[in-house]
Amino acid sequence: MMSTLFIWIRTFQLGFKSLILHPMRSALTVLGIFIGVSSVIWLLAIGEGISQKTQEQIESLGATNIIVQSIKPPDDTTSRVRVLVYGLTRFDLESISEMVPVIKESYPIREIQQRFMVGDQRVDGRMVGCTPHYMTSNNLKMARGNFLTDTDCKEKRNYCVLSAEVAEELFAFNDPVGKSIRIGKRIFDVIGVCAPKSPSAGIGGSFSSQDFSRDVYIPIQTFWSELGDRISTSRSGTYETTEIQINQITFQVNSVEDVHPASELIKQVLEQNHRDKKDWAITVPLELLEQAQTTKMMFMLFMGLIAAISLLVGGIGIMNIMLATVTERTREIGIRRALGAKRSDIIRQFLAETITLSVMGGITGILGGLICSPVVEFIKWFLVNYFPRVTNQLPPLIMSMAPIIVPWSIFLAFGISMFIGIAFGLYPASRAAAMDPIEALRHE
Amino acid sequence: MSEFAASLSDVHKYYFLASETVKALRNVSFDVPKGDFLAIMGASGSGKSTLLNLLGCLDRPTHGTLKLDGEDVSRLSDNALSEIRARRIGFIFQAYNLIPQLTVLENIEVPLHYMGHITPEMRARCRILAEMVGLGDRLNHRSFQLSGGQQQRVGIARSLVNDPTFILADEPTGNLDTGTTQEILSLLKDFNRQGKTIIIVTHEPEVGKETKRIIRLRDGMLVSDQKTDASKDM
Repeated sequence: MMSTLFIWIRTFQLGFKSLILHPMRSALTVLGIFIGVSSVIWLLAIGEGISQKTQEQIESLGATNIIVQSIKPPDDTTSRVRVLVYGLTRFDLESISEMVPVIKESYPIREIQQRFMVGDQRVDGRMVGCTPHYMTSNNLKMARGNFLTDTDCKEKRNYCVLSAEVAEELFAFNDPVGKSIRIGKRIFDVIGVCAPKSPSAGIGGSFSSQDFSRDVYIPIQTFWSELGDRISTSRSGTYETTEIQINQITFQVNSVEDVHPASELIKQVLEQNHRDKKDWAITVPLELLEQAQTTKMMFMLFMGLIAAISLLVGGIGIMNIMLATVTERTREIGIRRALGAKRSDIIRQFLAETITLSVMGGITGILGGLICSPVVEFIKWFLVNYFPRVTNQLPPLIMSMAPIIVPWSIFLAFGISMFIGIAFGLYPASRAAAMDPIEALRHE
Repeated sequence: MSEFAASLSDVHKYYFLASETVKALRNVSFDVPKGDFLAIMGASGSGKSTLLNLLGCLDRPTHGTLKLDGEDVSRLSDNALSEIRARRIGFIFQAYNLIPQLTVLENIEVPLHYMGHITPEMRARCRILAEMVGLGDRLNHRSFQLSGGQQQRVGIARSLVNDPTFILADEPTGNLDTGTTQEILSLLKDFNRQGKTIIIVTHEPEVGKETKRIIRLRDGMLVSDQKTDASKDM
């Protein structure tokens, strides 16, 4: 046992010696494996980084949530309808809450574009009728005062909460809390101001990205009673009147297992209530999550394929160089055979050389893979600073992605490089071993 | 154990080519007692290289038996023959055949790696042998740093490292000038005097006459087997 180990160690020492006789040749061969191995780690790290980011975004929507939204049906240009009525209704909300018992909570939202005024200061923004839950579900932080409460909603109070930007534009350096703003003809008391928040990215086309910077939040019950459902907006000279009761409802169920049956039931109810037109859409974050996981698998598989090809090329490089080496060292093979080397000794000798090459490629490749994160950061920094235009066109997912090195990819990469050394070394080695010692000795 | 280092009886070696059969050796029989210093001579094409390959266990006879130290090796497998070469035979080549990437000491060690295990005594032996052939101060030199004569001394040390049944030298002085030839031959004679069996394959009469016994081959047949004048002095 010890002697076998000793023989192998000795063989590897010898192999290393032979390899440094041709430093350039060996280095280039190692480079082939280096590129293959580091690309395995890189591709997997970037793939993991992107998929984690996607997953985070989906999870922020809540895995136990089911989101239904009103969508404008395709324009009916033939009939000149004066009022466009569509979308989710309070009746939908009630019937779903009744028919689907697993629903724990439901949070309706109504939003329109509005003009907010204080004195002669005016700001255009989004007015959102919502429930207290809106704050937590959108990760809003309060800078001053409080968000809306259940009591505010129940009693239909004329209270409002301002986003940071709206507060600053309307009140400049004054504290808005306790003061009031004018929306249309109505007066709302400011009870809180949100901290600044960066926009959230949209996901999979289901959600447009949301900008929370120009928002004013009021209780949805107040919205319904004070503003009603019918909203007229002037667009390119003509008035357009739409009647929407609810823009979006977020249903929360008790557990992940309830999501699928609940979403099916919700679909059925909505299909019944909206028989004439499809003016609603349903988003199930859990489904998105599951889809994202499938996409991740596909992505990883694809990345793996690319890496495998580059490793294959590296392996062919090794085989090529070893075939040349074997021919070049025919005489040495003859000498060793005459001095008592068995065929297996010759195979071991050349195999040790290919394994040395590929493992060196593997180790340097792993080091090259580990610097993935700083290099990606540098490339991002470089793009942002020198090619801002290009950078702006990239999807935000790419720019916010940080590669995550998958620990098993290191072992995988090392294993693969070892395997390549053996697989692509075996043929040249067996060619060497198959030589007739008498012929080999005669070789000039 | 046998009194003969090597023993051939009715050995034939044929090469079967596409158009004809070449009878490289026919009906060759002789014994090599232990301690012998034998020269196998003949013109090119006489079959001496074939005989060398057979004695060196690089090849097997077509007919007949070849025994090394009493053991029949004429029908052994490639692996078994390799083992015999590693343990029983010391090769010396005309072109020295040192491995260029290894040092003098490492070259002497090479056969040890094929014996299965290396003991510290064996490694110590390599140094002693290097001293004996006069290269004690060049252990870490590589072959291109050595003269032909020095390289052949390394070859001799290497052939002795496994304590072989006999040393098989193929034209050991073929690439050397007269002075160096004499040095190498006297080195071989020294080792023979210490009890080593040595077989030299050569076509040079000057080399042959330094040995104890000459076997001559012609057209694959053994034509003479004589003691030399030198044998009387040894």
